[in-house]
Amino acid sequence: MPTTPPPHDDVVHSEPFLRSLMRRQLSLSIACAVTFLVVLLGLPLLNYFAPGLMATRMGGFTLTWLILGVLFFPFVWIISWTFIQRSIALEEDEVKSAKR
Amino acid sequence: MNLPFAFLNGVDPWIFAFSLITVVATIAMGFWSARQSKTASDFFVAGRSVSVGWNASAISGEYLSAASFMGVAGMVMSSGYDALWYPVCYACGYLFLLLFIAGPLRRFGAYTIPDFAEGRYDSPVFRKIAVCFVLFIGFFYTMPQMKGAGTTLAYIFPGMPYWGGVVVVGAVITLNVALGGMKGITLVQAFQYWAKMFAISVPVFVLMAVFGFYNAQLAANTAPGETAAAVQGLDRKPLVAKAPKDEAWIAPFGPLTTKAVTAAAATIKDENERKAFLAEHQKPYSLLYTYSLIIALVCGTAGLPHILVRFYTNPDGAAAKRTTMWVMILIGIFYVFPPVFGLIGRNLMPDLYSGIGAKGTDKVVLELPTLLTARFGILGSILSGITCAGAFAAFMSTFSGLLVSMTGALAHDVYGRMLKPTATPAERMRMFKWCAVLIGAVAIVLGTFVENLEINFMVGQAFAIASASYFPLLFMSVWWRGMTMKGAATGMLAGGLCALIAAALTNVSTLALDPGPMGKVFAGFKPLNVFWAAHPLLRILCEQPAIWAVPLAIGLMIVISKLTADQVPGDIRMKMLVLHAPEKLGLKQEYIQEHSAGAGH
Repeated sequence: MPTTPPPHDDVVHSEPFLRSLMRRQLSLSIACAVTFLVVLLGLPLLNYFAPGLMATRMGGFTLTWLILGVLFFPFVWIISWTFIQRSIALEEDEVKSAKR
Repeated sequence: MNLPFAFLNGVDPWIFAFSLITVVATIAMGFWSARQSKTASDFFVAGRSVSVGWNASAISGEYLSAASFMGVAGMVMSSGYDALWYPVCYACGYLFLLLFIAGPLRRFGAYTIPDFAEGRYDSPVFRKIAVCFVLFIGFFYTMPQMKGAGTTLAYIFPGMPYWGGVVVVGAVITLNVALGGMKGITLVQAFQYWAKMFAISVPVFVLMAVFGFYNAQLAANTAPGETAAAVQGLDRKPLVAKAPKDEAWIAPFGPLTTKAVTAAAATIKDENERKAFLAEHQKPYSLLYTYSLIIALVCGTAGLPHILVRFYTNPDGAAAKRTTMWVMILIGIFYVFPPVFGLIGRNLMPDLYSGIGAKGTDKVVLELPTLLTARFGILGSILSGITCAGAFAAFMSTFSGLLVSMTGALAHDVYGRMLKPTATPAERMRMFKWCAVLIGAVAIVLGTFVENLEINFMVGQAFAIASASYFPLLFMSVWWRGMTMKGAATGMLAGGLCALIAAALTNVSTLALDPGPMGKVFAGFKPLNVFWAAHPLLRILCEQPAIWAVPLAIGLMIVISKLTADQVPGDIRMKMLVLHAPEKLGLKQEYIQEHSAGAGH
């Protein structure tokens, strides 16, 4: 069904360009995801192994309630803001390198 | 003369007025913008021309469902700390969407997930499979919205049965969608977000100002290891027998996650054996439950059909990312408030623990402001009216959004592509309306069955199904070029169907325990509960299937794709470039030209 694609021999259509493109974007995403997951998946572990510490009162809240019910949201905003800044910079860089 | 208005007996005029205004405003906006949407493209994805601010408000408005508005508060009240995972993961799931899926999906450019499935694998068959899941996940998600509707109407009209509310609200929204399409919905959804934000935050601040702030309310509950509550002055009402104790409620691994083990322990006669059993299994199983829930919610957000379709209304990939950022801020702020309702409800309105179905903790958001009536008279009614209006906004917006996605799938895919590919645009538009009516009717019928299931719990299950079907599909298709259609289809079907069956089994077994009419309908599933009591681990794995269903789906995708490696689409490098290369390079246009020249469609 597919006919022979027209020949593309510029940088954009080359295998190395696609590889570096995907590798750079994926490593940025994974770095952000790991930061997020360490905290998200670490919290139940702390609850499990250090229940006393997590029940410490902080201005009325227990420590674990304060983290999960309030502080978690700004933490995620910081990660996503960082990601967006870097990923837009990355795209601009890619456009430059493709047009060179 | 008295008869037609008999259902109005005992109705608070303020609550009624606010709710009515919300409904009328929603419908009026729908009709107003319906006049402005003419073409089929307008109808399906709002003509692709919505600004970041509008789109972020609209996505948030659509996302904050009855589960967020009523269910989270109800579940925090009934189960305590463990229920906090729901709002947090509802909000944070967007991070996964942002990191791995939002940008590439927007660059690829397609109307819906089935469009993406077909485009990525050049396979109309796969499209049909993907359409099925729009309907599966959609129907699972509409059930809790219907419960929200039934609960709210039963609260506003004390004489109205639960099913009456489901039918009335379902019919109104269905009609609205059939006439308005999605162009109308964008405007309405954006408005609904701000209505919900107002309706949840204002009553919370008033209640906290009068009865004590978040931290003081929480300090009135004794944590494990404390001898007495830190704050004694708060005039807390005594807890009823059905309410969980403070220590279990405020600490992690409470009644929600330990339910299966507790039920299993109840069947053990010998007291020492029972204690040993609890000590050995309670906490580890509870941790497993928590992790499975987190996986379902975080991955599931990225796979919700009615949310993903909205990303196509962004003008480009960068706008899609900025939109996601704003959505996370908008819903993150919102999600701080519902747990406060649950907490104050526990301290000051514990009677709700004794209620069942529509009269239980799921209505705490609606009823809590009436506490103010004793001190401030009419203010209590007004604030309760505002939260009712917010609840209407919540289930109306989500139900509308789901209805549009599901109707789109049915009209666009099943009718427009499978049954009658030659249909004219006018025929398609007419079919869209009929499909909306059909799906609305099915959703109403399903909604009448679920009075005894918690709103939030049902939504969690819809997320679990999405996390085991669409999330692996999208994630793997975007980042792994070795995926084949067969691998993707097998993984999605196996993971999604297993999660669907597991979730449905736990629901019917719970419904079988109901002393009312539902217990009779589902009586055949009663023996299942005996099985659960003997195998608490299996019960947890069925109730929260994500922890095994997501790896199963991804694993199958990898194995089958490796086995069918010769069937990787021929132009995979070009597809990957379109998915990942910045849009400024203009690869999308080139791809379309080549594709239409090559494949001829």
